[in-house]
Amino acid sequence: MTDAIIEITGLKKTFRSGDVDVHALRGVDLTVKRGEFLAVIGPSGSGKSTLFHILGGLTPSTDGRIVIDGKDMSHLSDGERTALRKHVVGFVFQKYNLLPTLTVGGNIEIARDIAHRTGPFDEQFLEVLRLLGLDKKLDRKPRQLSGGEQQRVAIARAIVNHPAILLADEPTGNLDTENSNAVLDVLRGLNKKIGQTILMITHNPEAAAFADRIVKMRDGHLE
Amino acid sequence: MVYKLVWENLKHRPVRTLLSALAIGLGVTMMLTLVGVGEGMARDQQLRTRGVGADIIIRPAGSSVMSVTAPSINEKLIAWVAEQKHVTLATGVAVQGLGGFNTVHGVDYRSLNQMTGGFTYVEGGAFAEDRQEVIIDDYYAQEKKLRVGSTVKILNKDWLVAGVFRSGKLTRMMLPLKTLQDLTANNGKVSIIYVKLDDPSHTEAVIAELKKTLPDYPIYSMADLVSQFAVNNVPELRMFIRLVAGLSVMFGFLIVFLSMYMAILERTREIGILKALGAGSGYILGILVRETLFLAIFGSLVGISMSYGTRWLISVFIPASFPQAIVYAWWPIATGVTIGGALLGVLYPAMKAARQDALESLSYD
Repeated sequence: MTDAIIEITGLKKTFRSGDVDVHALRGVDLTVKRGEFLAVIGPSGSGKSTLFHILGGLTPSTDGRIVIDGKDMSHLSDGERTALRKHVVGFVFQKYNLLPTLTVGGNIEIARDIAHRTGPFDEQFLEVLRLLGLDKKLDRKPRQLSGGEQQRVAIARAIVNHPAILLADEPTGNLDTENSNAVLDVLRGLNKKIGQTILMITHNPEAAAFADRIVKMRDGHLE
Repeated sequence: MVYKLVWENLKHRPVRTLLSALAIGLGVTMMLTLVGVGEGMARDQQLRTRGVGADIIIRPAGSSVMSVTAPSINEKLIAWVAEQKHVTLATGVAVQGLGGFNTVHGVDYRSLNQMTGGFTYVEGGAFAEDRQEVIIDDYYAQEKKLRVGSTVKILNKDWLVAGVFRSGKLTRMMLPLKTLQDLTANNGKVSIIYVKLDDPSHTEAVIAELKKTLPDYPIYSMADLVSQFAVNNVPELRMFIRLVAGLSVMFGFLIVFLSMYMAILERTREIGILKALGAGSGYILGILVRETLFLAIFGSLVGISMSYGTRWLISVFIPASFPQAIVYAWWPIATGVTIGGALLGVLYPAMKAARQDALESLSYD
């Protein structure tokens, strides 16, 4: 078994926008090691979000090969991509994307329910909740939390099913510096303490500095 | 967890939830009220028919069991019937339709009073045969706000209310038989002859004897007649109930369709989040179907409650015209019909939601 958890070779994605073909990814090659915290930086339109969406199974690739945790993800059906999102990847979005009607606990539980996991949280996850400072806020609704706290709930939700990789798309994009640093500290802590593999997309070099390795994207290529 | 999400979603938009349930409930109320009025009228008719106290009924030749029949039986037949073996009393009544479900009966008060075991008066007493007087039952008095001494217009004439009797005897309005016969140019004729026997166990034997002499006359035991007063024996009402049930399905369909369509538009981002978490089409469908089921069941309960409201309204304002019964057997039927309509209504919005692209949904603001 290789040490790489993600192996991407010649990944391409072309969109149709009106009558024009947009080449968002033009042949991306990338390898991510198990337990690595990788930051992907680049300007708007460089293709980093598209890479994130393909890795997370939110959209299919046009060409190329993706292997995650030893499994080829290149030509998945819709159902297989749904299963990928359920068990293999966890998402953290810029806008938190919590369900407003559910409590913190409910937002985490729904992710477990979707993955058909039942029973109480395991000890490792309870430790994560303490690390995130959420263990005493499980009954709060998202509107009762600060932006930083909401993003920490999103992180907890993303890793509750122990995904192979955590994908974070501009996780500090909506936060002030203090909350940004808190969230980035949490991500780094998860990476170091439980060995969570993290891919973080950001255009902020200061945020990227929290990662073990930084790769730059420009015009659909990795530099 | 799904049920918690469904419950929280419904609580999150309480006005939408309540309005949807109310609108769904209206269909249920429509159905239950109609069935209840049909059943109530049938039970009321049964009660009043039993209240006559007769064992046998003779109707005019060629008439059907449920129709209102103009007087066409020669009243001399009453005396002949009264002389038959086992017959203790026979009385004839003339029936005159007044439009709609309303009728007035011309009765021989003395013999009818004897057959029924005696009228119970809430107010006043029997009419005088030689005056233009009428007796009415308490339901009719309540609906028309009449008392003893009031006048009521029947067949273009004003009649003085002589008495208000406790409902449950034959009909709601009674005039002297002779007076009604004169007024409708049916002198010497009656619509129905009621027959009382010395022992009800002789009913079939007496009917058989009567039929030998009166082969063309429909002659029934009162038990058989009463059993005919059922909603299922009125094809028009049965068809109308089906029509209203169909309308209720349409009602439930449209309400849920609009409500869930709007809810899904509003919750596009939420659906995107669930899909990003790995929820498949079945999971999304499951949430929306459960939400709809809850709305339909809640709406049905609201509708059932409101049917008590319509019964109260009817009992206050038109107790004589449309007595409404509460027909428990129709609660599950009405609920089932409503759930069926609601599930049809959620089908398209739910399929649309299930097919939504996760990425597009997440970009929705």
